[in-house]
Amino acid sequence: MQQIVNFLIRNKTFITFLLLFGLSLFFTFQSHSYQKTKFVNSANWVSGKVYSNSNNISDYFHLKEYNKQLVEENLRLRKQLLNIEDNAIDSTFSSDSLFTNYNLYNASIIKNSFNKRRNYLLINKGRNDSVKQDMGVITSKGIVGIIENNSSNYANVQSVLNSLSEINASIKNTNNFGSLKWNGEDFKTVQLVDILRSAAIKKGDTVITGGMSSIFPKGIPIGTIENFDLDVSQNYYLIDVKLFNDMTTLDHVYVIENLNRDEILTLEASIDE
Amino acid sequence: MNNTAFVTILRFVALVILQVVIFSNINFLGYLNPYIYLLFIILFPFDKDNRILFIFSAFLLGLAIDMFSDSGGVHAAACVFVAYFRPLMMRSVFGVSYDYHNIKIEKTYFGQRINYLIILILTHHFVLFSLEIFSFAHILLILKKTLFSAIFTLIMCLIFISLFSRKST
Repeated sequence: MQQIVNFLIRNKTFITFLLLFGLSLFFTFQSHSYQKTKFVNSANWVSGKVYSNSNNISDYFHLKEYNKQLVEENLRLRKQLLNIEDNAIDSTFSSDSLFTNYNLYNASIIKNSFNKRRNYLLINKGRNDSVKQDMGVITSKGIVGIIENNSSNYANVQSVLNSLSEINASIKNTNNFGSLKWNGEDFKTVQLVDILRSAAIKKGDTVITGGMSSIFPKGIPIGTIENFDLDVSQNYYLIDVKLFNDMTTLDHVYVIENLNRDEILTLEASIDE
Repeated sequence: MNNTAFVTILRFVALVILQVVIFSNINFLGYLNPYIYLLFIILFPFDKDNRILFIFSAFLLGLAIDMFSDSGGVHAAACVFVAYFRPLMMRSVFGVSYDYHNIKIEKTYFGQRINYLIILILTHHFVLFSLEIFSFAHILLILKKTLFSAIFTLIMCLIFISLFSRKST
């Protein structure tokens, strides 16, 4: 016993080193695993405050750009509104029933990141604004990511530019589903895998969310097909998708809440049993 | 609380804020960022008897950066690693007698200073990017990122050291 204590005292520096190094490795490997709440994340009061203050300043340099984006979105929505036939807004649809499936919240991105292999963003809405884990985040142009952690006023978004991200996607006007991943190389393109060889695809086709998950509704735009090739098994396509969103200049985003998510999850759980 | 401790704490806070607000967003050539928070480890008072405190503060520093940049524990691991091996690096650069003198980084020879910085920065960046990318298939990417970021960090550190060194009387 005495010897053990002596040994510990003699090597206390080395033991401290091992302990702390081991702890950091634990945090690192935890962050490598898919969809697990992390201990160390930026959704907390301190980093939230620092980032929202610095974002307050840097926002001024992009005001023109944000205005342009908003005008474009307004224009698109106006066009849709004018072209809706009158009977679509019939009295049989009460305005409430239109909002029973999905709810939207607005938020701004206060920390952006796109040059790492696992990118996480920080938004200024959290538990107090009913932003919860596994909600989708989109902009007017396309998808951004999925909420991963939240604190009372801030939330972390796992960006599509994250090698752990996997989002159900399909090619517009076809029934081919695949999943959207990122190889960590170019922040303008992501990869769509598991599309069957029999699918008729060509460059320039639009890729949208598939609606097979309980996170994103069907039909949110993602990007266009830039390039495609068969993968090693020769049975599936490996498709490069050019994102509609410029991930470097994100600011105002929408958070999508699927109001039926709990029901879907309970149903799925009961099937698994 | 004496003057050295106060300066060290101030340096900790200032470097973390500078790093996360400014230097992590430079993205030179798309992916290069200098990690100037290493200055804390470079400039931490040399004290042979207080290594545990040093390793622990390096851990806190790395953890703070990790918290801000959502990177798990990679910065903490890299910081603890270089903090533990710093005496070894200093002995190899400044000679065996370094711990008897009260070395001030701004009073060392330029060549020795550069050697010390290069060894420390390269070690740190290599551990950092190995853990961040974590794949043998991407060893070239790890080496490329290590080398180019290290050059960037080295230049920024030299500038900071010469800006904030007190004029010798």
